[in-house]
Amino acid sequence: MKKKILATMMTVMLGAAMLTGCGQAATEETQSTPEAATETQAEEQAAAETQTEEQAEEEQTEEQAEEEQTEGKEIAGTVTMAGSTSMEKLANAAAEAFMEKYPSVTVTAEFTGSSAGIESVTAGSVDIGNSSRNLKDDEKANGIVENIVAIDGIAVVLDPANTVADISQEQLTDIYTGKLTNWSELGGADEPIVVVGREAGSGTRGAFEELLGIEDACAYANELDSTGAVIAKVASTPGAVGYASLDAVDDTVVTVSIGGVAATEENIKAGGYLLSRPFVMATKGEISEQSEAVQEFFAYLTSDEGKEIIKGVGLITVD
Amino acid sequence: METISIIGNHKTKSLAEYAMQIVFTVCALVAVLAVAAITIYMITGGVPALFEVGLKEILFGTLWAPAAKDAHFGILYVILTSITGTMAAVLLGVPIALLTAVFLAEVAPAGLAKVVRPAVELLAGIPSVIYGLLGILILNPLMYKLEKIVFAGSDTHQYTGGSNLLSAVIVLAIMILPTVINISESALRAVPDHLKSASLALGASKIETIFKVVIPAAKSGIISGIVLGVGRAIGEAMAITLVSGSSVNAPLPFNSVRFLTTAIVSEMGYAEGLHRKVLFTIGLVLFVFIMAINLILTRILKEKEEK
Repeated sequence: MKKKILATMMTVMLGAAMLTGCGQAATEETQSTPEAATETQAEEQAAAETQTEEQAEEEQTEEQAEEEQTEGKEIAGTVTMAGSTSMEKLANAAAEAFMEKYPSVTVTAEFTGSSAGIESVTAGSVDIGNSSRNLKDDEKANGIVENIVAIDGIAVVLDPANTVADISQEQLTDIYTGKLTNWSELGGADEPIVVVGREAGSGTRGAFEELLGIEDACAYANELDSTGAVIAKVASTPGAVGYASLDAVDDTVVTVSIGGVAATEENIKAGGYLLSRPFVMATKGEISEQSEAVQEFFAYLTSDEGKEIIKGVGLITVD
Repeated sequence: METISIIGNHKTKSLAEYAMQIVFTVCALVAVLAVAAITIYMITGGVPALFEVGLKEILFGTLWAPAAKDAHFGILYVILTSITGTMAAVLLGVPIALLTAVFLAEVAPAGLAKVVRPAVELLAGIPSVIYGLLGILILNPLMYKLEKIVFAGSDTHQYTGGSNLLSAVIVLAIMILPTVINISESALRAVPDHLKSASLALGASKIETIFKVVIPAAKSGIISGIVLGVGRAIGEAMAITLVSGSSVNAPLPFNSVRFLTTAIVSEMGYAEGLHRKVLFTIGLVLFVFIMAINLILTRILKEKEEK
């Protein structure tokens, strides 16, 4: 009798062990299609996150409580943002880091487009209007203040053997729309131009086309899906031209100046370089007139920690 | 004290047998469930965009501008690229693979076969990204030189720097070699010796015997090898995303092109909203293609059994 019970238990255990194995195999197989992967992962993550977030929040509030006692500083409230889709990475990264530091503050960001963002802040429905362009005079006349928090710079790169060192804005537009097809037309060697760019949906591509005013008019010979791939392709192809975030450019390619202005951080900060745009977090009235949470958010962005976040998403900081 | 063992007596033994039977059945169901889950996900993920954009606009549109203000989601060129690319790779790869299989099964001296066979097996084990990297380093520069010669003086051609359909076809052709070689070789070896002997006895030369007797006799095995090769070629993404240039163009040899697989891979990162849904639709189209290939394969294998 004893033997029988033991035997049954062992069989059940064996079965259970094998079932666990099978279960894992199932999830792995389901994940092999991209769609299934995203959905199942999302579900799993959602489940896991709610758990860990709860835990983390508890821990953080405890820690925070201690810190607040020692620092004697307490910030609570909300910071709401709306605006530029190009600023999505920056806004999300800043919001996450800020909320980690001040758990009792909630930062929310919506991405509706620059103009819509400024309209929202003018109407007072959000604290900050994100804009990836300078404010217009009539927007400023409504009492909106332009707070530039970061600058996005794009470099135009050529293969190292190319002798062309400067391209005018018009020439660059013609190259990317397919009107100029040989470097000899720009005073270089008799070499066809190989136009390299990023895939649709990429923020760099969006910014590049927008700054040159050639949205959806580009004739790409190569549409690559990462900055690294663009630089590698340009570096290895004679006559290639590509664009990439300024901070990602290395010495395997050469950077050309545009209209006589070199792509350097100094020139971008001074404002003379064409392919750069400010990332504005506009407020209604000066920052000092805002709520404590908003003031602290701007202070955080100009702190060393905040600068690290700005650099982390490939942008140039403003001093 | 008595010893404990699950195979101790008849009763516990049959209990264990019964329990294991259930375990095996459940494990077998996992594979079925996985296929069912994938199919359901592909359809629920891919169909909504078909209705939102319109079946005709997606499948027969030639303009792919997913992030534009006036967005277009035509994937006709992408579908055609996958079809022509795969067909060209098969046309290029299969003759080489078939002759290699004949060489290994019939012609090769034992010593040489010992070198060729491991080489083919090694080819099967190389990760596809390596094919892609070699394509960038070796194939693309060569193709660019060829492109400059072919289109010298042309005003209308857009130079791609060697990232074109032809590069992708060559990479795919090499990638399907091991699949086709291995399956064809087994099929050739399975041809009964008496068929060959009869042919040789009738005065046919060795080469005549191979082409008129052995290959026709191994036909169904060779065809299933080719169909598997097609499956591998149409589903490949990593290697060709690196060498094909990834712009959506008509599938001409020196055009930068995008395949069904690379269309998903290259834009998944930043796609949102309807754009993302359309990428799932592309996945569904690919899924349908691969299912069709599998059905053909099963049919061929079935016919073989019936013989």
